Amino acid sequence: MIIPHPLLGPCDAQEFTYLGDASLIARPDGMAEGAADAFHDYLYLRDNPAGLHRELWYHEQGDRSWLVVTRNTLTHEIVKAELARDVARAEGRGR
Amino acid sequence: MRLQHGGQIDRGQKISFRFDGQYYKGHPGDTLASALLANDVRLMGRSFKYHRPRGVLAAGSEEPNALVELRTGGRQEPNTRATMVELFDGLQAMPQNAWPSLRFDALAINDRLSNFLTAGFYYKTFMWPAVFWEKLYEPIIRRAAGLGSITTRPDPDSYDKGYLHCDLLVIGAGPAGLMAALTAGRAGARVILADEDFRMGGRLNADRQTIADMAGADWAAQAVAELAQMPHVRLMPRCTVFGAFDHGIYGAVERVSDHLATPPEGKPRQTLWRIYSKRALVCAGAIERPIAFANNDRPGIMLAGALRAYANRWAVSPAQDVAIFTNNDTGHRSAADLMALGVHVAAVIDTRPDAPPLAGTEVLAGAQVTDSAGRLGLRAVTVRLGNGQSRKLSVGALGVSGGWNPNLGLTCHQRGRPLWDEGIAAFIPGATLAPGMAVAGAAMGQFSTHAALATGAEGARAALADLGHNTPAPDLPRAEDAPTRITPFWHVAGTKRAWLDFQNDVTIKDVKLAHQEGFEAVEHLKRYTTLGMATDQGKTANLGGLAVMAELTGQSIAQTGTTMFRPPYTPVALGALAGRSSGRDFRPTRLTPSHHWAREQSAVFVEAGLWLRAQYFPRAGESHWRESVDREVLATRASVGVCDVTTLGKVDVQGRDAAEFLNRIYCNGMAKLAVGRVRYGLMLREDGIVFDDGTAARLAEDHFVVTTTTANAVPVFRHMEFARQCLWPDLDVQLISTTEAWAQFALAGPKSRAVLERLVDGGFDLSNAGFPFMACAEVSICNGCRARLFRISFSGELAYELAVPARYGDALIRKIMEVGADYDITPYGTEALGVMRIEKGHAAGGELNGTTTARNLGLGRMVSTAKDSIGAVLSRREGLAAPDGLELVGLRPVNPQSQIPAGAHLLAQGAALVAANDLGHVTASCYSPNLGSYIALGFVKNGAARMGETLRAASPLTGVDLEVQITSPHFYDPEGERLRA
Repeated sequence: MIIPHPLLGPCDAQEFTYLGDASLIARPDGMAEGAADAFHDYLYLRDNPAGLHRELWYHEQGDRSWLVVTRNTLTHEIVKAELARDVARAEGRGR
Repeated sequence: MRLQHGGQIDRGQKISFRFDGQYYKGHPGDTLASALLANDVRLMGRSFKYHRPRGVLAAGSEEPNALVELRTGGRQEPNTRATMVELFDGLQAMPQNAWPSLRFDALAINDRLSNFLTAGFYYKTFMWPAVFWEKLYEPIIRRAAGLGSITTRPDPDSYDKGYLHCDLLVIGAGPAGLMAALTAGRAGARVILADEDFRMGGRLNADRQTIADMAGADWAAQAVAELAQMPHVRLMPRCTVFGAFDHGIYGAVERVSDHLATPPEGKPRQTLWRIYSKRALVCAGAIERPIAFANNDRPGIMLAGALRAYANRWAVSPAQDVAIFTNNDTGHRSAADLMALGVHVAAVIDTRPDAPPLAGTEVLAGAQVTDSAGRLGLRAVTVRLGNGQSRKLSVGALGVSGGWNPNLGLTCHQRGRPLWDEGIAAFIPGATLAPGMAVAGAAMGQFSTHAALATGAEGARAALADLGHNTPAPDLPRAEDAPTRITPFWHVAGTKRAWLDFQNDVTIKDVKLAHQEGFEAVEHLKRYTTLGMATDQGKTANLGGLAVMAELTGQSIAQTGTTMFRPPYTPVALGALAGRSSGRDFRPTRLTPSHHWAREQSAVFVEAGLWLRAQYFPRAGESHWRESVDREVLATRASVGVCDVTTLGKVDVQGRDAAEFLNRIYCNGMAKLAVGRVRYGLMLREDGIVFDDGTAARLAEDHFVVTTTTANAVPVFRHMEFARQCLWPDLDVQLISTTEAWAQFALAGPKSRAVLERLVDGGFDLSNAGFPFMACAEVSICNGCRARLFRISFSGELAYELAVPARYGDALIRKIMEVGADYDITPYGTEALGVMRIEKGHAAGGELNGTTTARNLGLGRMVSTAKDSIGAVLSRREGLAAPDGLELVGLRPVNPQSQIPAGAHLLAQGAALVAANDLGHVTASCYSPNLGSYIALGFVKNGAARMGETLRAASPLTGVDLEVQITSPHFYDPEGERLRA
């Protein structure tokens, strides 16, 4: 596969390490009420879509960017690749 | 026999080769198959199951029968298709599946037992008892079945990997591929043209036909010459594109040196290419299929198109008298070509009642071949004529054509589903192809040469238009444009065995049996009968089997469907897939900064991940590793030792929020760590299990150096980057891995301070008050070399770790040894390191094994409840806090001289050795020279409450069973007085 790195352009997937569902970005607050349940859901409940899937890839043999790649699990078509940091900020994880 | 004229061979040169112990001669341009036929060798192998005599069926990579073991010694290679082996001088080949000889094969008895060796034979016969599998059934099956044998000697050749990029990848260099490459190449596109054959041209080399008023082969040669002149076109003969992968990536194997006796100096045997294409055009042609009839597997019976190819391209015919058996017009073309070359065609047996006539021979319309004769090679065929009469034809070869199948393999690798085309009675590529892929020529069911040229040109133009380049339509050279005329006919009815799949010995009877027993679906049919398996993947066999099944079920072939084609298209040698990654180069080897010095000291090395670390340093007179290790431990504890600890992971953490970041990464508090201090830290995974441990040293308000275990250096860094970028993107913190940047040495033992005083430049206070336990500082050593000093201890002694830029590592170890000589400084390796950490009860790999919690390790109180850190919440889960949880303990054998095997399980005394009685297990074990006893660490349920108890430690694996006593894991200096001294 070829991953369109938002900074570096097309890169072979061999340069990356795969982690999994991009919902891992949405880490709950460990000090909040009901944290145990929230962490259970965060860590163990995942969607496994046949179709578009947002997932985390790490450019380990490259610039060390974590990316959120939107990939069609049926065709392996990659429709989007974003810096995970931007996604995290957009999801309200910034300051 | 070799025909008088013609052929693309160099008759001026003779080359000699050996097959089955006999010497023969051939010409450059021959394949092993063509050269054997030229020497009147029709018998080339024995079949897989029945050991029937077999000859060559095809002239290309689809060959199921003529598999040979090529070369000798370490280069011996089984299952090589004789049709793909380019003849070279000194070539040696042996037939397979034959013992004691090809002409007399003892296992041909299987042929008589064929009633028992039917479909599903293994499933039905070798069923029970289970113990028979390993001892009896499997060895028998392995000996009797299997294709060829492999050498156990190392392969002396090298294999390479390479990467190529292009605008258009053209797969196959027949008329469609050549025309496509010419069209795109003339337009200036970057083109790769790959073909599995050593001579480009495809069927143009195998047929008598003209293009633009010249011989097809000459036109092909001219096209190749033109392409060779184009700098942006890469011609890759002997290169099989074996797989279509995601995003326009294709896998290809180039047989760089397979056509030579040995690879030229510095050249690989084969190269595995990863081709990145913007567009790809599959011009892979079509494969002829046989018609099944009784005893249709004798040497001399082959595909009609192959018979024609051997005559036209190699000027050989398996016999002077031949016949053709066909259901379509291309059989007539084969007959015409053979007659033009002086071969006598006894008749064309055409299943079609309305078969057209053919000048020069008799066409037996509406006739069928019902049987054949000839023990080791064809002598005669029996024909049932249209009027029902029978006629015997004495021929030495029969060319069979049941029609042509577009070569679909690559079009299916990305979920493409073939469609049935009634007009040509074959599957064609479906509409869903891999993105960027298109098909042209016979591969899409366009069988005439004109159509191949036209669709090839059009395919190239469409691909370039897609990429934004408009290319004018080329003038197409004039070529034959005969329509496809075929009346489907799959097999001749009869009771004798008729072969569908030659390679797996699958007959019509087997398909009938599969049907009877309910294995009707194509994928079931394949697994049950093995139709379409093994090295040829049923390239000539699949459709015949499907057609028979369709007949039996009363469905159409379209309804029956076809099995999927997966990569690789043809077998790929494991050597090519491995490339240079074999032997010592399988993975990189990382050397520590003191490696060369340690080698000079005759150190014994051990692999630690990719690293080579000194395991121990034997001295003269020491005959056992234990002697060396005990000495190293005792010397270190008595005076001072030195150990290279560079392999531990180091991460430089900087930024205003560095402390806050580490506070969230480690489960214990890091925010309030003072500058100039080091703290032990425990990292959890988010699920609450311990991930890694190490130290964090605060060099400045906004600067930490974090260490990890050797094994987890990469995963921890990845995890920290994940946390930094994905979880807390606005923390002001930067990370860099500095594992390789700093050489780091542990100086341990009561005299370590004295040694250090001779290294650290003046003015730095090393006293216990000035630089206490868990202090850190940036210092200058050896007159101005910058260094980092940490007072941390893994050994339990007064100890320091001293780091310098990696390039000074070698100089530093030599300097340490020099200034430490007065204290008899002793280098120690990983074994002594391990002994000292077990004596101290420090957790390491055996305990931090990805299943243990902080609580298991006796570190439960480190997990802060006052803050949020990774893993903290789930570490408090009910299940991980169970009251009978495992706890880290020390173990001493009741007999101090009894070794405790690591991995031994712990049970109550007298308890039976069953899993239900398991109380825990031993994680690390060693001999402690300080205690004069073997000792171990382990996990025991409720361990802390069981101090002093005696347990049974049993290791069925090593046969050891002994009594051990539970103690504190801190065997040595439990109060920690020595490391604070």
